Amino acid sequence: MPIHEKSLIRPENLQVHEKLEVEGVDVSGHWSTFIESRVVTDYNEAMEDEIAALPGGEYIHRCWQCGSCTNSCTVHALNPDFNPRYWIYLIRMGMESELLRDKEIIWQCVSCNKCTYACPRDVVPEGVMKATSHWLELKGHTPKSHSMIFDEIFSEQVFKTGKIEDGRTVRRFFKRTGQALRQPWLEEMVKRLLRNLPIGMLTRMGMANFITPKTKGWSGARDAIEEYVAEQESHHRQALRLDDLVEAARKEL
Amino acid sequence: MSEKREKYKEVAYYPGCALEGSGHAYNRSTKALGKKLGLKLKEVENWNCCGAMEVKNIDPKIQTYLSSRVMSIAANKMNMDVVMAPCNGCYHNLKKAEYDLANDQKSVDVVDKISKKAGHETYKSGQVETIHALDWVKETIGEEGLKERVKNSLDGVKIANYYGCMYTRPRHIFPEKDAGAGSESTSKPHFMDDLLEAAGAENVDFPLKTACCGGAHTLSDCDTSTKLVANILQAAEAAGAEVIATECPTCHSGLEMHQIRAEKTMGLKTSVKIIYFTQLLGMALGLKPKAVGLHENISDSFDFVKTKGLA
Ligand code: SF4
Ligand code: SF4
Repeated sequence: MPIHEKSLIRPENLQVHEKLEVEGVDVSGHWSTFIESRVVTDYNEAMEDEIAALPGGEYIHRCWQCGSCTNSCTVHALNPDFNPRYWIYLIRMGMESELLRDKEIIWQCVSCNKCTYACPRDVVPEGVMKATSHWLELKGHTPKSHSMIFDEIFSEQVFKTGKIEDGRTVRRFFKRTGQALRQPWLEEMVKRLLRNLPIGMLTRMGMANFITPKTKGWSGARDAIEEYVAEQESHHRQALRLDDLVEAARKEL
Repeated sequence: MSEKREKYKEVAYYPGCALEGSGHAYNRSTKALGKKLGLKLKEVENWNCCGAMEVKNIDPKIQTYLSSRVMSIAANKMNMDVVMAPCNGCYHNLKKAEYDLANDQKSVDVVDKISKKAGHETYKSGQVETIHALDWVKETIGEEGLKERVKNSLDGVKIANYYGCMYTRPRHIFPEKDAGAGSESTSKPHFMDDLLEAAGAENVDFPLKTACCGGAHTLSDCDTSTKLVANILQAAEAAGAEVIATECPTCHSGLEMHQIRAEKTMGLKTSVKIIYFTQLLGMALGLKPKAVGLHENISDSFDFVKTKGLA
């Protein structure tokens, strides 16, 4: 049977016979494309519940697979493999290994909320994307994404001081992700920025590197936030049975 | 309308972190515009970060708390009933916190617990109304008022109005939008268009008003952001725009940064200028380019504003 929409099927699941004759009719090449039949045996039945236990994943059960999220998605328009509707399907079915094939791109959701706007079931697919990337990291399927590292550096500073100084956040991000701060386009940007700034302002900006902006009397808020975050982290570990995972790994060793 | 006109004349001003750093031009121009229009801004005392786009990914309820603290100070310490946030991120987060605190008991409990430990009064939904800088100018001065005050008309300036994501999405946190005549639209926002047109500008038909600039990953996934920004810049130029007017520091610096990056890494050169709407309105009202912080933008629009008779 000819399959015209081959782009919808993974290449490794397509079978094409260069030379094939069926009952005297030549069906070589294009006319003999088949889809490999598959048998799925490794369902992870806990996957939906685990992702639903992480912030953002709460409403995944509401999805009725209409596809509006994928249709409106900013990243899907750049990369057709970025497919929120499909991932929600896989998660709800427990098809973990299938989901893992896309593990390197799920974190790329830019939180534009076009999907949330379009979703007729209030699934908040944006949240599901965040919960899923978080799940992949917690389970050790992917290393921390650059996006997560940025979120952590940013949040650490807010929790500690109440405020953000963007220059500092940027420098720390480049350091922690092992990237050189001297990238040609960044240098060009700084050059263009400096062109019009008066000397007085430059000194002020230079000073800003030494004085961290702070909210006064923040220590109470800091402690309360850190306590809450620690509490939540332990809930998540429990929900994902991470301690069992660690224990199992230890026994195997 | 007239009720809001009076109410918004004196507001609690929440600049947020970006306006003290990379978005300082927006801060300067917003204050200068307010002064020129006789509107009072009382900065929220000892404010903190709203959580921006990052804290929610660590924990959404902490973001709700951070935003609620800002509103609590405005309401309980300063006795204000309106908070004006020019940054889309801040505006969005305060609105989101307001929505969650009105509709979700768990959020109320977490915020109450942290507020008590932090030693301040818990914010209760309904104590303040959060508005954007666009609402502020639109409701107090409006198109008619602007027309009367224009000194240097934006006549002959072709503008693509860019609103980004956080000003309209998700719809449910902005109950006052899509509410009939006079209200803002979430699918085709027009408040900025209206104001700039009143100042004489020619708005082009721009299809990517609410497209995403990739601001959330501007550094952590540069290539995606550059592609998204390149789309926006090219679409604006194709629509005939000379300027993209912005109303968010993250969008603004994202467009500026990735305009340069698109040139360096993709060989895509675009010449459309990127200017805050507050800078454009300020110049139209007779403020000098430096008074609205044009020198603090990364992209250089000095020659451009001169040829348009704005300097
Ligand atoms: S738009 Fe909502 S209901 Fe439709 S597929 Fe996406 S998540 Fe499911
Ligand atoms: S929020 Fe993420 S998943 Fe949703 S439309 Fe935007 S990029 Fe796609």
